[in-house]
Amino acid sequence: MWQFVARRLTYMALTVWVISLISFMVIQLPPGDYVTSLVSQMLGAGAREIPPEFEQQMREQYGLNQPVYVQYFKWLGNIIFKGNFGYSFVYQRDARELILERLPMTFAISFFSVVFIWVVALPIGVFSAVRKYSVADYFFTFLGFIGLAVPNFLLALILMFLSYRYFGQALIGLFSAEYADAPWSLGKVLDMLNHMWIPVIIIGTAGTAGLIRTMRANLLDELNKPYVDTARAKGLSEWRLLWKYPVRHALNPFVSTIGWVLPGLIAGEVIVSIVLNLPTSGPIILNSLMQQDMYVASGFILVLSVLTVVGTFISDLLLAWLDPRIRLS
Amino acid sequence: MELEVPKQALLPADSPAVQDDDDLKLEIATQWQLMWWKFRKHHLAMAGGVVVLLFYIVAIFAEFFAPTLATYYREDYVYAPPQTLHLFRDGQFAPYVNGLVFERDPISFKKTWAIDEETAIPIGLFVKGQPYKLWGIIPMDLHLIGPLNPEDPFYLMGADKSGRDVFSRAIYSARVSLSVGLVGVALSMSLGIILGGLSGLLGGTLDNIIQRLIEVMMSIPTLPVLLAIAAVVPLDWPALRVYFIITILLALTQWTGLARVVRSKFLSLREEDFILAATLDGTPRGRLIFRHMLPSFYSHIIASITLSIPGMILAETALSFLGVGLRPPVVSWGVMLQETQKVTVIAIYPWLLFPALAVIIVVLAFNFLGDGLRDAADPY
Repeated sequence: MWQFVARRLTYMALTVWVISLISFMVIQLPPGDYVTSLVSQMLGAGAREIPPEFEQQMREQYGLNQPVYVQYFKWLGNIIFKGNFGYSFVYQRDARELILERLPMTFAISFFSVVFIWVVALPIGVFSAVRKYSVADYFFTFLGFIGLAVPNFLLALILMFLSYRYFGQALIGLFSAEYADAPWSLGKVLDMLNHMWIPVIIIGTAGTAGLIRTMRANLLDELNKPYVDTARAKGLSEWRLLWKYPVRHALNPFVSTIGWVLPGLIAGEVIVSIVLNLPTSGPIILNSLMQQDMYVASGFILVLSVLTVVGTFISDLLLAWLDPRIRLS
Repeated sequence: MELEVPKQALLPADSPAVQDDDDLKLEIATQWQLMWWKFRKHHLAMAGGVVVLLFYIVAIFAEFFAPTLATYYREDYVYAPPQTLHLFRDGQFAPYVNGLVFERDPISFKKTWAIDEETAIPIGLFVKGQPYKLWGIIPMDLHLIGPLNPEDPFYLMGADKSGRDVFSRAIYSARVSLSVGLVGVALSMSLGIILGGLSGLLGGTLDNIIQRLIEVMMSIPTLPVLLAIAAVVPLDWPALRVYFIITILLALTQWTGLARVVRSKFLSLREEDFILAATLDGTPRGRLIFRHMLPSFYSHIIASITLSIPGMILAETALSFLGVGLRPPVVSWGVMLQETQKVTVIAIYPWLLFPALAVIIVVLAFNFLGDGLRDAADPY
């Protein structure tokens, strides 16, 4: 077992390193850097002419005049040893502050989405398999397909539109007006939960659809096996029969799929938060990418990716705990 | 090679009712026939297939199906509401739409267009409309449906903020969005098969490296990276280049799924007896892969591909919706939906969501089709 964990940990570290490379490279891709966009902004605002010394000075000040690999190691070193993610040029603040501000909410929404997917997909999948070809089965399959086909930003738009039409106010944001800037309290938490179910449902829908189908297919495979008939013949009640063996068996691929749902969830969360204007990482990422605010953007990408990797790692551990065959392979 | 089995030859002359024709057909049917028969039973998949085919036909002949050109606009008809097509007038088949009249909202003094029940604009099929070049080569001016008088407004799905016909633009968008799906999937399929095949066939360190690569790529939440790269594309690049870059990016995010499937299949196929026999026969590796191993799971590849096309289409729509994908003057469903980012816009002009409906239908159809293909892929 420990060999397995150790191996997975090494791979995880490797993955995280490659991700850091990619995150950093991605920001270096656009020609020019923050200073270039700053200069073009100033020119656009009416400055007559910017002397090249100004650009030089700015570059030195922001440390942008060094070769790329030097910048990369400095950046990485800062993050690992000092927890310093750099400086946000656009928001004029420490990048770490920005990230820490927005990240917990992203994390919370993604976590609740995973819980939502589990809570919804598991029973519906089991039910669908047991009552195969019934009206309910067709209904849920159809619903599942719709959930798969409708892009989540569209769902967000439609929900916003419906709430605007019928409740008179758009469902934007995660808090009601009175709680928006208030310090954390029980009331605020309840208010947040009140508002959170909308993005969670939107983000979770696509994942639910896929997992319902997987669960149904796996369980159907299991239910056809001889041991189920034996158990039934021996007098085990249907309920106990279902939950004690086949479901546990069918959970196997289910759990492994959960891990890989996480990247999709994070991606969905980013888009939905941009559309609904939630105070999570989505809007900031888009903004900083458009304005080449590199430290913030790459910091976010790095942190989100690491979270995803950790999440998949945890799901792999869960799978190994659930199924001894994985541990020994 | 099919065996021709004449019933009479095998059975004694005085035997009772011979074996059913159908059973006999089942015995001698080829792999592809079995798959087709099983697919035919899946009604939803057949429906999906028909819808997909229709969409692609419309996309190919977009210029003919669309009442106006994609970029044609009339400032006087900004945000015109959709005109319902009525088929019968006074009991005769005379398709027409109601005209549009300018109204001023009494409360906000805002100028709006409203449907005028009084006027009727006759519509015809196969009318002469705006001249266009089919596929950019053949000059034609025949449109499937349009107003008999080309000057009349004909907005089946309303107009957008520049007075362009939403319906026509949605048809032109079909061409772009659907082709992005195809090209992207072709790219990701090639990448997936090659890398997955190498990984499964050769094993060892190469397998390990490719596996880790696949894991890394699957762990990265694709959207932020996609956003990052797409946001980087310079604004002054020609539309076609942007199109290809976006397609390549999308393909790069999707190949991992197919690669894993191919790899596991190759790994299991490697142990098969018929591969051993072919190797002993002296088959060179290339022929081994393409002639012996790959055909064993053509069906799975087809099913996989059909199921990844909708993902590609959705991803492109999402990117363009956020503003970092395709850009005007290229029109795709995502680009059209960019206008609908504000709730207020949708509340007042809900017909702008029509491209979303197209996306949903196409994605549903592809999913049904892919499901049916996947079920049929294993006819045994």
